[in-house]
Amino acid sequence: MPHLELQDLRKQFGTHTALGGVSVSLAEGEFLSLLGPSGCGKTTALRIIAGFLQPDSGRIVIAGEDVTSRAPNRRDIGMVFQAYSLFPNMTAAQNVAFGLKVRKWPSAKRDARVGELLEIVGLSHAVDRYPHQLSGGMQQRVALARALAIEPRVLLLDEPLSALDALVRVQLREEIRRVQTQLGITTVYVTHDQEEALSVSDRVAVMYGGGIEQLGSPAEIYGAPATRFVAEFIGTMNRLESRVAESEGGAVDINGAIVQVDAVRGRPAGQDVLLLLRPESITLETLNGKPPAPGGLAGEVTAQSFLGAITRLKIAAENGSELIANVPSTGAQAFNVAQRVVVRFPSDSARVLDV
Amino acid sequence: MPISGMVALAIGALYFLVPVFATIKFSVEQGHAGFGLQAYRQIFDDPQFRHTLWFSVQLALETTVVTMALMVPTVYWVHLRLPKIRAAVEAVTILPFVVPPIVLVVGLFDFFKSFSPDWLLQDFVFSPKFLVCAYVVLSLPFVYRALDAGIRAVDIQTLTEAAESLGASRSRTLFRVILPNLREAVLAACLLTFVIVLGEFTIASIALYQTFPVYITTIGSAQAYPAAALTVISVGLTFVAAAIFLVLGRIGLRKRRTALAAGMTSVAPAAVAKLGEA
Repeated sequence: MPHLELQDLRKQFGTHTALGGVSVSLAEGEFLSLLGPSGCGKTTALRIIAGFLQPDSGRIVIAGEDVTSRAPNRRDIGMVFQAYSLFPNMTAAQNVAFGLKVRKWPSAKRDARVGELLEIVGLSHAVDRYPHQLSGGMQQRVALARALAIEPRVLLLDEPLSALDALVRVQLREEIRRVQTQLGITTVYVTHDQEEALSVSDRVAVMYGGGIEQLGSPAEIYGAPATRFVAEFIGTMNRLESRVAESEGGAVDINGAIVQVDAVRGRPAGQDVLLLLRPESITLETLNGKPPAPGGLAGEVTAQSFLGAITRLKIAAENGSELIANVPSTGAQAFNVAQRVVVRFPSDSARVLDV
Repeated sequence: MPISGMVALAIGALYFLVPVFATIKFSVEQGHAGFGLQAYRQIFDDPQFRHTLWFSVQLALETTVVTMALMVPTVYWVHLRLPKIRAAVEAVTILPFVVPPIVLVVGLFDFFKSFSPDWLLQDFVFSPKFLVCAYVVLSLPFVYRALDAGIRAVDIQTLTEAAESLGASRSRTLFRVILPNLREAVLAACLLTFVIVLGEFTIASIALYQTFPVYITTIGSAQAYPAAALTVISVGLTFVAAAIFLVLGRIGLRKRRTALAAGMTSVAPAAVAKLGEA
């Protein structure tokens, strides 16, 4: 039985459709990210789960129990907010103890639980500090401990890292995942940062325009985007307008250049398709006056940017296509600007979408 | 501080201090008999002084309690759930500024007299409670502004939602989470209300109540030296009231700072910098 179910959630704000029928089920202990640009409905969905918003229709079911009309303070849901949400008048320990006081835990049991939680998030040394004496990252750790202290049935995280520095962000997201796995708590994580979503989640729901575009494991979302939006939103993707040249052998015609692509096999010749190609799938060969061997796109490097381990190249192909390719930085000096090159990629590396 | 700043400060200080010192000097004069505390003795011996002062303090306390009970939840709720009507609420709270007190008191009297049953007339309209009611209205603009400024400085939306998600009821959220963070604003609002009531003359005079300001005016129109003494006493009282509220406001702050100093060995440099600013 799924532990948390969102059943056909719909929500309208005036004429704007914030959610147009969102359904997703989470198994117990699963970590799901809702990923999308601002205005895609991810925060609306989260606030409906928390009970801060009422859906126009649809249900929220936790462990088989319909909680749609239940007040937020009766849902047993832990939440970590985007803004710093610690109570400024309480110390870290008092913040974590707040939900337990509400639940009337005896003080000895409460203190033990508070100590345990602050230890889990690595803040045993800061129990008596007030929020303004803690860094942003520490505050969010206390907020996490506070949300988890009440032993919630579901943990909700609303862009908890967006106010933090890049380095702290990476550390803390790994820590959130570690704590979540350790406690086995069912978690919904809202973010607009694809790297964040892909690195910590069991599954990712990419949202756009109030609906789920694709729901799948991070590898599926990255490697096999199901829609044009997902392809454009996740990572850098080369999009090549092309036409099926040969159905059986699997070849496409990209504006005059014929290239092998396994994924078009079985499609009728002459059909217009969109070819999706990751920059890291591309290999380049230099061309020094020789005519290119068939099966690639000839072109010229127009820009080069150094990104550390890899170097990103922009290539203008002779057929008019623009491509982005990643090459290892160690071999990048062969591909300076204005260098003539041939672009090749394995025939099984390109994805194909209907136009 | 640059010279121009010091000059400005000196002029400002003179503007306030000269009248106070002049009044103090006048209050200790005894006609041709030199200086002495005769005027003060006269005031403290007058039973009316104690009666009217105690009456005004009671009115001020009652008004403060009623105003806070009314306005704190209102301002909180308007900010939390009805942000769209904030401008309208602000406009309404300004009205007592626009309506002169004399119009306010006559209007309130006429309104309550024409609608109230007899028992309400006796127990409310013709009792000092009516005065409290008028003072609540009078202090609205100040109280609303003080609370509004305080509440804007706190992310009440997030704090409320955080408390709710942890299982807290509305009242627990208000008293344990929101109010402690509005401490300074609430104290400022209390001080303003208290001082307004302690100094209000028009309404009390028209409604025929012997409050402290009415007493001051009565003395002032008849006895010159005791009136000066009375003025000095009331200025002193206002200072004492302000000092009490300031001290109350500082206590919370100091507690937090002490905690910080105790944990100084492990405190991050950023927090130390913050302490310096404070």
